[in-house]
Amino acid sequence: MMEKMIFGRYVPAESVMHRMDPRAKLIIIFLFVCIIFLANNWFTYALIGIYTFIMLGMSRVPFKFLFGGLKPILWLVLFTFLLQLFFTKEGALVWSWGPVKIYEEGIRMGLFISLRFFFLILMTSLLTLTTTPIEITDGLETLLNPLKKVKFPVHEMALMMSISLRFIPTLMQETDKIMKAQIARGVEFASGPVKERIKAVIPLLIPLFVSSFKRAEELAVAMEARGYRGGEGRTKYRQLSWRMVDTLQLVALALLTVLLILLRA
Amino acid sequence: MKKSVVSLKDVSFQYDSEEQYALKSVTFDVYEGEWLAIVGHNGSGKSTTAKLLNGLQFPSEGEISVCGLQLNEETVWDVRKRLGMVFQNPDNQFVGTTVQDDVAFGLENMGIPREEMVERVQDALKKVKMDQFLYQEPHHLSGGQKQRVAIAGVLALRPSIIILDEATSMLDPRGREEVLETVRTLKNEKSLTVISITHDLDEAAKADRIIVMNRGEVYREGTPEEIFSMDEELVKLGLDIPFSVKMSKAFRQQGFQLSKHFLTEEELVTELWTSHSRM
Repeated sequence: MMEKMIFGRYVPAESVMHRMDPRAKLIIIFLFVCIIFLANNWFTYALIGIYTFIMLGMSRVPFKFLFGGLKPILWLVLFTFLLQLFFTKEGALVWSWGPVKIYEEGIRMGLFISLRFFFLILMTSLLTLTTTPIEITDGLETLLNPLKKVKFPVHEMALMMSISLRFIPTLMQETDKIMKAQIARGVEFASGPVKERIKAVIPLLIPLFVSSFKRAEELAVAMEARGYRGGEGRTKYRQLSWRMVDTLQLVALALLTVLLILLRA
Repeated sequence: MKKSVVSLKDVSFQYDSEEQYALKSVTFDVYEGEWLAIVGHNGSGKSTTAKLLNGLQFPSEGEISVCGLQLNEETVWDVRKRLGMVFQNPDNQFVGTTVQDDVAFGLENMGIPREEMVERVQDALKKVKMDQFLYQEPHHLSGGQKQRVAIAGVLALRPSIIILDEATSMLDPRGREEVLETVRTLKNEKSLTVISITHDLDEAAKADRIIVMNRGEVYREGTPEEIFSMDEELVKLGLDIPFSVKMSKAFRQQGFQLSKHFLTEEELVTELWTSHSRM
């Protein structure tokens, strides 16, 4: 069931984007989210659009795949467009029909905001499409490392994330198993009124909770037995390597920023 | 003279929430290079013993020493380097997101430099024949494979003792044989000491020595032959007798003269197919 969701779904491929350092990707996405607000005319939006599509092209993620997964979010984009369209009352009147009036500025704002939305979603999903969750975790851990000085538990957070990631498939398998066991006992998950179906989730969730706690306890014991005692003095097996491509990508983003500032209205 | 690597002296232990002692003045030694099986029914104290050996719990009374180190809160981390443990549930001891990450976990904890880590991970996985699965995620592995990865994780730390805490009880017969075979080979290659906590008596039959525990006490200690000749007494303790021993007994009752109690099926089969020529 989770298979269809594009968020958090990694598409393995050999591409520049895939081989980039997760730190570089995280920084770029973060900055991109900031600089997208610089765009305020057709020129600047076109620039951002070109940039986004170049990045998408470099990722080698099939377009069909990208847009197929984006469908549910496109409704949201459409909704924001309509909202802007009907409620902005500036500029020349373009069209009216009874109480519905559409102004020039409304069309412009509607298009801009939905484009901005659209590009943002494309770029952020590009991160998760080309980076494994564990790489993202490693990237975040190193980027947030300076926060250790203010006692922010960076290592613990990263470990928590990686353990959660590791257990997602295990818990999914378990959910499936419990579901079958409950179906065998007469619980109906897929039919009946909505209220009944929601109730049916309870005999699924409770055993799942109980076993998760048991797992957590056993895992903690196993970790301790293998010498885990916090982040202090620990070395890391997985390594990140910053390469030329990563620096080049950052430079490209810097150029884009400069262009945006020059060209914006 | 056999060298003792683990020794328990008058060890007692009580869980906070319980009145009864989980262990009552348990005393035994484990010798270098031997395969010791600790058997007993549920609640006999065998798992508590494992926890005490690894310093996951500390005894209420008595002393434990591992490789000459007195086990206490200061030495516990050194002891854990020498004594690796494989637990029951294959899923709940898999920490890493991939096979290699999991094997590296213990090494990371010890602050081993990365270059050495890479080498040791490779090496350990080769020993358990899982080196083809370096990038594999745990949910694509069978139970037996996961347990072999767990053994690799322990091996990478180069311990001298491995404790199997019911490590095969959740596996199918094939996985079980896979894991035990791996441990047997390793034991011979690296002169490891193996302490196997189990209620699988067929497994215990292949050990060098067996300790039977009952109600938190050491009930009997001896070679598999000695232990399985206890017969009905074992059944009373809530344990069973291996199938081959039962068969030998049945044969004898039917008037067949077998030379001894047979502990493994192979031995029994050999005896049977060669017996005709002797009759």
